[in-house]
Amino acid sequence: MNFNLTDEQQMLQDSLRRFLANEYGFEKRGQIIASGQGRDNGTWQALAEMGLLGFTFPEAHDGLGGNAIDTMLVMESFGRALVVEPYLATVVLGGGLVRDAGSEAQKAAILPAITAGEHFMAFAHSEPGARYHLNQVSTKAAPSGDDFVINGHKTAVLHGAQADQLIVSARTIGADNDAYGLTLFLIDRTAEGVTVSDFATHDGHRTAEIRFTNVTVGSAALLGPQDRAAAVIEKATDLAIAALCAEAVGVMEAMNAATLEYTRTRKQFGVPIAKFQVLQHNMADMFIATEQARSMAILAASEADSDDRARRRTAVSMAKTLVGQSARAVGQKGVQLHGGMGVTDEMFAAHLFKRLTLINLLFGDADHHLAQVSDALLAKSA
Amino acid sequence: MDLNYTAEQNAFRADVRQFLQDHLPDDIRERVKKRLRPDKAMTERWQKILSDAGWGASTWPTEFGGTGWSPIQQLIFEEECALAGAPRQLDFGLRMVAPVIMTFGNEKQKQRFLPGILTGEDWWCQGYSEPGSGSDLASLRTSAKLENGGYVVNGQKTWTTLGQHADWIFCLVRTSTEGKPQQGISFLLIDMKSPGVTVRPIIMLDGEHEINEVYFDNVKVPADNLIGEENRGWTYAKFLLGHERTGLANVGQWKSLMRRLKEVAHEERDGQRPLMENTRFRDRLAQLDIELRALELTTLRVLTNDAGPGPQASILKIKGSEIGQSLFELLMEATGQDAIAHIPDALELGYDGPRVGSEDATPATGDYFNMRKLSIFGGSNEIQRNIIAQMVLGL
Repeated sequence: MNFNLTDEQQMLQDSLRRFLANEYGFEKRGQIIASGQGRDNGTWQALAEMGLLGFTFPEAHDGLGGNAIDTMLVMESFGRALVVEPYLATVVLGGGLVRDAGSEAQKAAILPAITAGEHFMAFAHSEPGARYHLNQVSTKAAPSGDDFVINGHKTAVLHGAQADQLIVSARTIGADNDAYGLTLFLIDRTAEGVTVSDFATHDGHRTAEIRFTNVTVGSAALLGPQDRAAAVIEKATDLAIAALCAEAVGVMEAMNAATLEYTRTRKQFGVPIAKFQVLQHNMADMFIATEQARSMAILAASEADSDDRARRRTAVSMAKTLVGQSARAVGQKGVQLHGGMGVTDEMFAAHLFKRLTLINLLFGDADHHLAQVSDALLAKSA
Repeated sequence: MDLNYTAEQNAFRADVRQFLQDHLPDDIRERVKKRLRPDKAMTERWQKILSDAGWGASTWPTEFGGTGWSPIQQLIFEEECALAGAPRQLDFGLRMVAPVIMTFGNEKQKQRFLPGILTGEDWWCQGYSEPGSGSDLASLRTSAKLENGGYVVNGQKTWTTLGQHADWIFCLVRTSTEGKPQQGISFLLIDMKSPGVTVRPIIMLDGEHEINEVYFDNVKVPADNLIGEENRGWTYAKFLLGHERTGLANVGQWKSLMRRLKEVAHEERDGQRPLMENTRFRDRLAQLDIELRALELTTLRVLTNDAGPGPQASILKIKGSEIGQSLFELLMEATGQDAIAHIPDALELGYDGPRVGSEDATPATGDYFNMRKLSIFGGSNEIQRNIIAQMVLGL
């Protein structure tokens, strides 16, 4: 039991934070968002040079062999700087799925390309009406000789339009909510029959609606075993949740710092408003919420790699619940303490609030995950 | 970073568990598990059993007869004790005055006072608050005047927890009215059997006698009982409060209660189904379970911090008290209307008279009322927020 970073982790975190502080300011970030490209190529190359794009990939495929704790360090630092690069989509989800489900040939083809910063991926899984239910997949992959013909509609695909390659979940057998019968496919974003609509998100990222109309792929496109992708989808989701929890902690830290700074400078009734006890207590509560969330982000990162499914899922749901609730509280209080300035687009705090709000909505909000933890209590051993 | 306990830590846990199985008397276990009325003899017996085994002071260094355990070992010990149904050891001696004596007391004081705390022979209570000095502790007025080489103490302390059992009281007293209020305070150890000391009970809202008023009427105290230097008591008091706060997270006890609360939710009926199948109740239980897990990890983070707990310990006080209060609230609501009956006799071990509902209903509402104290004592939660604002956020 220890909470210490290794020397390597500490150095990496320091250099990443230094880089972001110097090279990823509020103005630069605004330009990246305005470009509509969903990323900054210079930044992405710098992340590649730091080794961060292959952080959790096996060393045999040009990675550093890291784990979810390493991802946590990266994401927390990204949260502090409100980075909008597609790290979650390409590295955590895309690369993670290939690492965990791919064949040696697929890993060899894809992981080094991601690590080098030359390949972008997205996970096309959620569907209209599925909300946060991972097995609710109606997209069909019908066998046709050695091929599969895919038809369906995917929604809220993070950075989908900017991806070179999509990982698409489809049903090869079974009813719409069955765990059995889910299969993953690697499909080029520009393949025939793939229609992508690109949208901005409220927080400066990109999202896509994607329709698949008679998209035909060969068996080489299968990622992992046919019909049995539910477990790998769950694990990828849990790793993404752990990453988002860590990012949220970074965003909350930044919100707390911005709020302290603002209330110390802003004067009313002749004094800095930070002198008022009612504001101080709100800031103390923001601090406490952030520290409790940090504890749970650490828990999520520690358990996210585990193959003990029940334990992993409960830990991750516990974390996402508390982080979602803390994110809402810290976000709302942060805006409130900035007064009128807090509701303007020029304030960093407003952007922090937007990211915190959207993190709660991704991969299950606090209510969804509370229900997971709650339902697990029905078993007497819980 | 690794949240798994090491093999050594797991072996330590197994040792503690075995010890508790072998040495915790059944009647004590039953009293604690059923949340019956605490008993002085029980606390003393248990302290003696622990100290005979060399485990009397889990938070002390070995040079004073403590175990010398690491913070993680201390938490494991506390957690296992709570889960097994051991009574909470008395904080006033072990966690509050003892660290002050070790750090600021002289050699004679260490030899005189620490062994009695370790064996449980001396029962200590705390003389901080006064009727006019609650959160504004430094405004205290109980005076100690040096006359003929000794102090003469006059004044009144209040909220003195378990003072009715105490052999000794550690007091903050005013030795000077010069300068700022904090500058004239001294830290004095007073024998409760001294002439002029009067203890009067304050009955709490649960009908129980736990706290007291303590009056000092020309009480003579040897000058040897002064800790450290005169008028430096505020420094020692703050040091003590830092130690107190780390104990207030109470994770082990809350985990034990959470375990019981889950059992109760399966046992209690909600019409045709177990209460656990009531979604609204279960969601509140789940929420609390999550917050307790976060508190446990935050406690571990704070206590393993190389720089010492520091003002961050205020988080533990605030969250620990809030979570504890919510636990008792759910324990009460879990037993529903059965919890309305107030049956003081049923809080004694061996009671076999009539009761309303299950044995869990008997202490539930009284405990709920009693535990409102958690967010008030040890520096109210509002004071803790002030501490975070000033000491952590730098406001």
